[in-house]
Amino acid sequence: MSLSLAKIPFGQPKPKIARHYIDRGIEETGAVNVVTSVVVSYRGFDTLGEVTVLFVAATGLGAVLRIAKTKAAAIEPASFVLRTGCRVLFPLILVFGSYVLIHGHLTPGGGFQGGAIVASAFVLIYLGCREKRINDKTSTVLESLGGVTFVVVGLIGLAVGGYFLLNFMPKGQPYSLLSAGVIPVIYIAIGFKVGSELTGIIDNLIEESK
Amino acid sequence: MSVLHNYAYYAGAFGLIFIGLYVILTKHNLIKVIIGLGILETGVNLFLICVGYTRNGTAPIFSRAGLDAELMVDPVPQALVLTAIVIGVAVLALALSLAIRLYHHYGTLNLREIREQKW
Amino acid sequence: MIFIVSLLVFLMLVGAAAACVFRDLISAVIAAALVSLIASILFYLLQAPDVAMAEAAIGAALTTAIFIVAIRRTNRYEQ
Repeated sequence: MSLSLAKIPFGQPKPKIARHYIDRGIEETGAVNVVTSVVVSYRGFDTLGEVTVLFVAATGLGAVLRIAKTKAAAIEPASFVLRTGCRVLFPLILVFGSYVLIHGHLTPGGGFQGGAIVASAFVLIYLGCREKRINDKTSTVLESLGGVTFVVVGLIGLAVGGYFLLNFMPKGQPYSLLSAGVIPVIYIAIGFKVGSELTGIIDNLIEESK
Repeated sequence: MSVLHNYAYYAGAFGLIFIGLYVILTKHNLIKVIIGLGILETGVNLFLICVGYTRNGTAPIFSRAGLDAELMVDPVPQALVLTAIVIGVAVLALALSLAIRLYHHYGTLNLREIREQKW
Repeated sequence: MIFIVSLLVFLMLVGAAAACVFRDLISAVIAAALVSLIASILFYLLQAPDVAMAEAAIGAALTTAIFIVAIRRTNRYEQ
């Protein structure tokens, strides 16, 4: 058994396609973060599929739980420390989430991480100030806008160049904010979509109806 | 010594997969089963990242100009695991909504009692 | 270095076993959040900062919130 374990290549150098992504990543896509360029540009179609799965799950959850809503008892307000703490922390977490969202192609981070942090900020509002709820229409509009932007950018790439999700915008200087072509646009759209979707999931699960 | 290093990470990933499978197969409460599903998914993601690790590697981000591109770890498993984590939370949310509907219909979340009530 | 990694892996497995054994469902969910948090630290030690950030934000914070809201609508103790 230990002989067979010794034959498994732990920690050996990696296959050839990873070599190509690392060596030619900056000049082909312009993003400094190689994982971001793999997620959005080289394997962008898989990310489109994943955004679709998240959308279907959130819609299914809303449809299943629509029949099970019950009437609320009187909501007792949270204590003073909790209320004030949540009000102070909410804008700070929102700013941090937006920073992580926008700098996806320069530092570790991006749309998914930033969207999850923004959703955590809204969960904090549900915990602290319990009588406030998310406006349903705003959340739906933001989510649809994010998904439509992703598909439209891909279709524009198809119309301009040869294939879906072509990187058609100019790739500027490698370390500045407005670089890497169409990658920041797509990642910001994904960030809006994921953030509003996760907030909508928590909003549907909480029992008190409006 | 660094080979033993990797053994520790792989042991952690396999241990999580086994514990998650045990919870799914033998527990009667539906929410316990969903917790086990979450632990199983965390174990599988950890295993995928372990595969892409090389000895003395660095993170695949060119944060300064002139970083050595030879030492970077594999970026492809990291992209796949990023997708897998988000899909995992979507599956857990949908499973919990179905569990809430089951509770409203049958009055209990014990799988044995639900199975007996069907007949 | 290997001592720290082995300690973290051992804590993670203890947390997963505790999530299996606890009868109070909220305690089991907190143990699963501990497993997610230590997995996020291990992701960082395996040179994957993107994945560590995603696991910490999604696995430790949002999954726990979703579970606690769902447990509140059903039973709290496992029968």
